[in-house]
Amino acid sequence: MAYVEVRGLRKAYVTPRGRTPVLGGIDLSLDEGEFVAVVGYSGSGKTTLVSLLGGLIAPDGGDIRLDGVPVTGPGPERGIVFQHYSLLPWLSVRDNVALAVDAVNPGLSAAERRRITDEFIALVNLTPAAWKRPRELSGGMRQRVAVARGLAMRPKLLLMDEPFSALDALTRATLQDELLRIWGERRSTVILITNDVDEAILLADRIYPMTPGPDAVLGPAIEVGLPRPRQRRHMSLEPAYQKARRALVDFLRSSVSEREAATTEGGPRQMRPGSGTPGSPMEV
Amino acid sequence: MKIRLTSQLILPMLGAACVLLAWTVVSATIAPDLPSPARTWQESRRYILEPFFKDGEMNQGIGRLAFYSLVRVGKGFVLALAIGTPIGFLLGLSRPFHQSFDPIVQFMRPISPLAWLPLGLVIFQKSEPAAIFTIALCAMWPTVINTAVGVRSISQEYLNVGRVLKLSRSRMLTRIIVPATLPYVFTGYRLSLGLAWLVIVASEMLTGTPGVGGFLWQEYNSLVYAHIILSVLTIGAIGFLLDRLMGLVEARVRVN
Repeated sequence: MAYVEVRGLRKAYVTPRGRTPVLGGIDLSLDEGEFVAVVGYSGSGKTTLVSLLGGLIAPDGGDIRLDGVPVTGPGPERGIVFQHYSLLPWLSVRDNVALAVDAVNPGLSAAERRRITDEFIALVNLTPAAWKRPRELSGGMRQRVAVARGLAMRPKLLLMDEPFSALDALTRATLQDELLRIWGERRSTVILITNDVDEAILLADRIYPMTPGPDAVLGPAIEVGLPRPRQRRHMSLEPAYQKARRALVDFLRSSVSEREAATTEGGPRQMRPGSGTPGSPMEV
Repeated sequence: MKIRLTSQLILPMLGAACVLLAWTVVSATIAPDLPSPARTWQESRRYILEPFFKDGEMNQGIGRLAFYSLVRVGKGFVLALAIGTPIGFLLGLSRPFHQSFDPIVQFMRPISPLAWLPLGLVIFQKSEPAAIFTIALCAMWPTVINTAVGVRSISQEYLNVGRVLKLSRSRMLTRIIVPATLPYVFTGYRLSLGLAWLVIVASEMLTGTPGVGGFLWQEYNSLVYAHIILSVLTIGAIGFLLDRLMGLVEARVRVN
């Protein structure tokens, strides 16, 4: 059995306006030390998937196992880097990271916990800003703190929910490079959720495309054949890059077309409000 | 700079001048018993210029009277916060507690200080604790309600951080729930202080204790109407200053 094993994960949201099936049977598996990306359109249920994997919400069906143990609720062995950072604004950078380190290592001495906290702040190059509050930081720096906090928990599995999507393109590239470097040093097991195809290819060993919701599922995994350590420069010219990109984009496009075809064949199908309009990227 | 001077100094003074004019006109025409601004100043001069003189229990400088009132309000206010803050947190945190006590809070909130005071006298037999009891009971509701609302509106984001880290209940409280609620709590404190000051006059008038409110009622009975106006203006000025002061504290908390 793989290190992370997800089978038939289903989730629907029930609102007064009706039932919205978001995820319709997600299958996913990772080996220890593997970096896997899930790529899908906005609104296809990616954040729901992270919340399920993190144990923040309960699935309607299916199961998740991490290192053989079923996931039943949230826990520090599954660190989450949230899309909107979720830093505590009343704590300094240091205290935000220390909160995680202290919570995960109650047995260690105060000095040892302090050393770990400093180590992870240094890892994301934030030592000079350690005593600042989140509001004094740029978006990129805030997300660095969130990454440091996620890593400092030394989780068995790190979940990243579109971590760089709120950043400008230049900052995003810098943080992707940093993540590449950090992952190269530590080889954590990571699931990265993103809507950025190039980000997924740059960072991941394997990529699962996600069909647009409702009832989103994952397509067959696409192996990224690029050797490590990877460099952003010239990467886009390599055949392995182009192959992965084509496979990914083809799958995502065809899944949208299928969805549209199904919609038109089925006559006037009612669109559910708030479920993310399927196929909207292609209609533009 | 010129615009600032106009908007922050000249216009407010113009407003004050209008009120003074209206006051003069009313006292000269329809209400001859109402002292004019000039007469009010004449009769109150000593109370303002020597604010801490003391000729007897009920004849003291306005500063001294205000001090008595402020101490009384301070006691009632602190009591209101000491009771109101934990109740607010409990209402926000515990559904059973909310279901048990929220109706009672809603029921007691609109009861006037005038109604509580006699009950306070019955319970405590003395006017001083009765006044403090009344102030606390009337002033605590904004603190209770704001704290409860603050706890309930903590962003799920912050709570999720605590859930992922599996923080203990006490750390969840000290690191996440209390700091996230603090701005609401202090808004409650500011409103509570305003209410406490509002209640002081009523409670002093009814119990006859020395203070601005007691003085006001005594001077009404002695037909020294100028001193009523003096008291009213003092009450307004102190209330305004208290609100500003709490506003500063509140702003400091909100910066977080």
